[in-house]
Amino acid sequence: MLSRRRLMALALPCLAVPVFTHADWQVNMTRGVTDISESVFNLHMTIFWICVIIGIVVFGVMFWSIFAYRKSKGAKPAQFHESTTVEIIWTIIPFVILIGMAIPATGTLMKMYDTSDSELDIKITGYQWKWRYDYLKDDFGFFSTLATSQDQIYNKDQKGDHYLLEVDEPLVIPVNKKVRFLVTANDVIHSWWVPDLAVKRDAIPGFVNEAWAIVKEPGIYRGQCAELCGKDHGFMPIVVKAVSDQEYQEWVLAKQEQARQEYELKNKQWTLQELVDRGEQVYLKNCAACHQASGEGLPPAFPALKGSAIATGPIENHINTVLHGVSGTAMQAFGPQLSEVDLAAVVTYERNAWGNNKGDMVTPQEIAEKK
Amino acid sequence: MSAVVGEHHDDHHHGPAKGLTRWIFTTNHKDIGSMYLWFSFIMFLIGGSMALVIRAELFEPGMQIVVPGFFNQMTTMHGLIMVFGAVMPAFVGLANWLVPMMVGAPDMALPRMNNWSFWILPFAFTLLLSSLFMEGGAPNFGWTFYAPLSTTYAPPSVTFFIFGVHMMGISSIMGAINVIATILNLRAPGMTLMKMPLFVWTWLITAFLLIAVMPVLAGVVTMMLMDIHFGTSFFSAAGGGDPVLFQHVFWFFGHPEVYIMILPAFGVASQIIPTFSRKKLFGYPSMVYATASIAVLSFIVWAHHMFAVGLPLAGELFFMYATMLIAVPTGVKVFNWVSTMFRGSLTFETPMLFAIAFVILFTIGGFSGLMLAIAPVDFQYHDTYFVVAHFHYVLVPGAIFSIFAAAYYWLPKWTGHMYDEALGKAHFWLSFIGLNMTFFPMHFVGLAGMPRRIPDYAMQFADFNRISSMGAFLFGVTQLLFLFIVLKCIRGGKQATAQVWEGAEGLEWTLPSPAPYHSFTEPPQVK
Amino acid sequence: MTSDNTSAGQSSNRKVVVWALGIVVGMFGFGFALVPLYEVFCQVTGLNGKTGGRYEVSTTVQVDESRQIRVQFLTNTNENMPWQFKPLVREIKVHPGEQMKVEFYAKNTTGEMMVAQAVPSISPSEGAEFFHKTECFCFNQQILQPGEDINMPLIFLVDKDLPEGLHTLTLSYTLFDVTERTTKTKS
Repeated sequence: MLSRRRLMALALPCLAVPVFTHADWQVNMTRGVTDISESVFNLHMTIFWICVIIGIVVFGVMFWSIFAYRKSKGAKPAQFHESTTVEIIWTIIPFVILIGMAIPATGTLMKMYDTSDSELDIKITGYQWKWRYDYLKDDFGFFSTLATSQDQIYNKDQKGDHYLLEVDEPLVIPVNKKVRFLVTANDVIHSWWVPDLAVKRDAIPGFVNEAWAIVKEPGIYRGQCAELCGKDHGFMPIVVKAVSDQEYQEWVLAKQEQARQEYELKNKQWTLQELVDRGEQVYLKNCAACHQASGEGLPPAFPALKGSAIATGPIENHINTVLHGVSGTAMQAFGPQLSEVDLAAVVTYERNAWGNNKGDMVTPQEIAEKK
Repeated sequence: MSAVVGEHHDDHHHGPAKGLTRWIFTTNHKDIGSMYLWFSFIMFLIGGSMALVIRAELFEPGMQIVVPGFFNQMTTMHGLIMVFGAVMPAFVGLANWLVPMMVGAPDMALPRMNNWSFWILPFAFTLLLSSLFMEGGAPNFGWTFYAPLSTTYAPPSVTFFIFGVHMMGISSIMGAINVIATILNLRAPGMTLMKMPLFVWTWLITAFLLIAVMPVLAGVVTMMLMDIHFGTSFFSAAGGGDPVLFQHVFWFFGHPEVYIMILPAFGVASQIIPTFSRKKLFGYPSMVYATASIAVLSFIVWAHHMFAVGLPLAGELFFMYATMLIAVPTGVKVFNWVSTMFRGSLTFETPMLFAIAFVILFTIGGFSGLMLAIAPVDFQYHDTYFVVAHFHYVLVPGAIFSIFAAAYYWLPKWTGHMYDEALGKAHFWLSFIGLNMTFFPMHFVGLAGMPRRIPDYAMQFADFNRISSMGAFLFGVTQLLFLFIVLKCIRGGKQATAQVWEGAEGLEWTLPSPAPYHSFTEPPQVK
Repeated sequence: MTSDNTSAGQSSNRKVVVWALGIVVGMFGFGFALVPLYEVFCQVTGLNGKTGGRYEVSTTVQVDESRQIRVQFLTNTNENMPWQFKPLVREIKVHPGEQMKVEFYAKNTTGEMMVAQAVPSISPSEGAEFFHKTECFCFNQQILQPGEDINMPLIFLVDKDLPEGLHTLTLSYTLFDVTERTTKTKS
């Protein structure tokens, strides 16, 4: 009886956990915001109800048998044990039902596969552990990374409404236009999934897959990576922002303007102080999660930069570490992720903050040569 | 080797040897069967503990107990241990115990190979488990180990994982050959194929699946090994290979593997339901044909695990239709079980409770399987908790419940004692509640958009995850009760008769309880 | 029949073991045979967007002037491959049957000699078997000295049997760093 008592002891505190604080009892698939997602939803519901009906019939007979043919009620077993007719009937009926399911499914699938005549092509690249979006026609692109802070993840801070489903820069697309997604990956297999668009496509290194969507309503739609891709598979969300065509055009212009400014910044003559000021912002956004705002890190996984051999040693080493990362550690290669200006700024900042006072700097042009 | 041979001959005349050597050198099908079952139960507890680590981390949003890298090791090891360490050896154990008794044979056809095939397993799993303590940690790429995450990006322990898989594969293949040889060569006179109990039939078909697909698994891990250490590029696009090829070869093994884990469960249910319905199994021949057609179909449906990798339209359609077809023979089996119960004379001892729960819950898992087969909708289900709910519904109340049912059903025959019925029923109900609490809410979070294999999740999934975690602990702790019941039954209890169950039919019930060390020294006559 | 100790029983057991092992060995081989089978299958069906090797143009190729196909070029660099790699034109329109030449630019931005391999992929994959390359930099590895850059040619034609429904073909090249791989096999 010991095990039973132990069980009670364990179960009781569990049941006593009082609050279901996050009440969002969504139990079903989203209807989504595209024609495809709607037909997928309808297909899902149709098949669900067919299964429910079959279930009611089969389990109905079973429960009837359980209640009516109990030995304790004096039931005497019948002798029958085969009937070819019955076997044939219950082979054919499911077969017919299946054909009924296959027909609409085939139609929806064919629509999904028709990627022709797109108005906008976006290349999506999966990285460990972030996404990159490239707008092919307009010649710009950017990374989209998790915006939730490490403090929220490690329970040091209140979790926000969009905990783990927020990014620094969402994918922006216009509504009512056929947007084609060309999906690939940089390292391992990822999968780009936004439930509201009913789009899920594996991102495979060396290969390109495609999918499409015509979003009908402006709004923000959130999704996640759906293929195990390593340590931070759970931390690379997708946010799609669908806007009106006009808003989209404005956004593209702003993006291009930003790229132009970036280019100009790269070629301007920077002073040490300017780089340090900009570097602080870059640092807080990209580095502080691990190395901490104080530069003291969280040893041993995340070493301190304050007074560290790299940040106060030869600048070549420092630049290499930031550009190419350190394999086998959590230190990523930031070279492909940040602009030359930001890279120069952050390296300069790290060499001159928290009493590191090296007094040297690296310019964006120098970074560009090494990149 | 001469010691083994000598032991074998001694066994024949004097029953079991004493001490540890009995277990190390034994060639007796009952000893080996017991070892398989105990081994599988230990693995079930280890794999289950890992599941509890996973559920504890997922109890609430945020990272609390483990770090993401270790979480991935837990999901991977949980899957590998449950599939290859718990479910498969348990069924081989049941086959060892029951096939010779059911076909009227004295022992398995190849007793020395039988000893080998068991004793490889502890080494294989020690190797696999030791990777937890290695530099870089245990395998962390999921039990499906997709390349290149499992090759270029794998921890160094992947090599040990590969050797572990090779050893398990060799063990399974030897076990399967033994079952085939026993069934084909050692049947009692008059026991024609179509008179064999369904458990024997399903195991014969399973054994053929095993020898057909375990070598493919061995092949795919060998290719990984070569990619990692010998510079080939089967799965690396850089050298002209293709990571998607890995998935094709893996699932060519993987889908039949799913049926390897469920066909013997069908067999168990087909033995137990007629007994407690006191009525012959309805549609015996159609059960055999249905099992065989499920096995054949399992070879042409593998790519339904890969609907999102970008198959051409024609491929998607073919695999969708083929997969849907499997619903037909599976449906036939369910209808036959229900018809067996219909107008029977039912009692509800623990094995029957587990068998009924098996039919109901396996059918629910079958329904979600049918939904997953619909390719366009699978884009929404794929790699979400809906899939996790689906395969746990077919594996836990499917495979695991049938193993519990089998254990309760044949324990009196094995030990000579009746188990404690009240405790058995408690075990059933607590397991039943725990499992539904654990896995049913997973359907909801999956549909609402929660991907599988993530260590942390968005706030809207919190409540259902909390329920799942509580259910998982209830289910997990309940299994210690099973251990207690089995130990209690071995040590004593009401003496079991030879017949044990009023409605039981089959050769094993003609032997006394406990069954003698050598089953049928004189072949029985089957009418 | 009843025991493995009788000679009849042993020989029938041996028979089972022999053919079962035959299946095992055969299936192990089949696992490996899946690799070339898959290659063939991919080329026939265009599965995965794999393109074929060098295409020999017959002199009698006719140009289908009635329709135009948009061919789009994508470039990716894998992992930490530091090279610059881009198409000189992003997309062009071609008539089926018409030979076209385009160029891709690559620059080794590092201070080391490096070897790269470009891997092509076509989307939608149904179009892969209708895309023929008569000359492609992806047929060979590219070796670039530190700071060296290169314009790499691709000559291709779209088969005039391309299905009517396809209007756009996307050709994607992913550049892999194979320096280590090639130097390792040579040494």
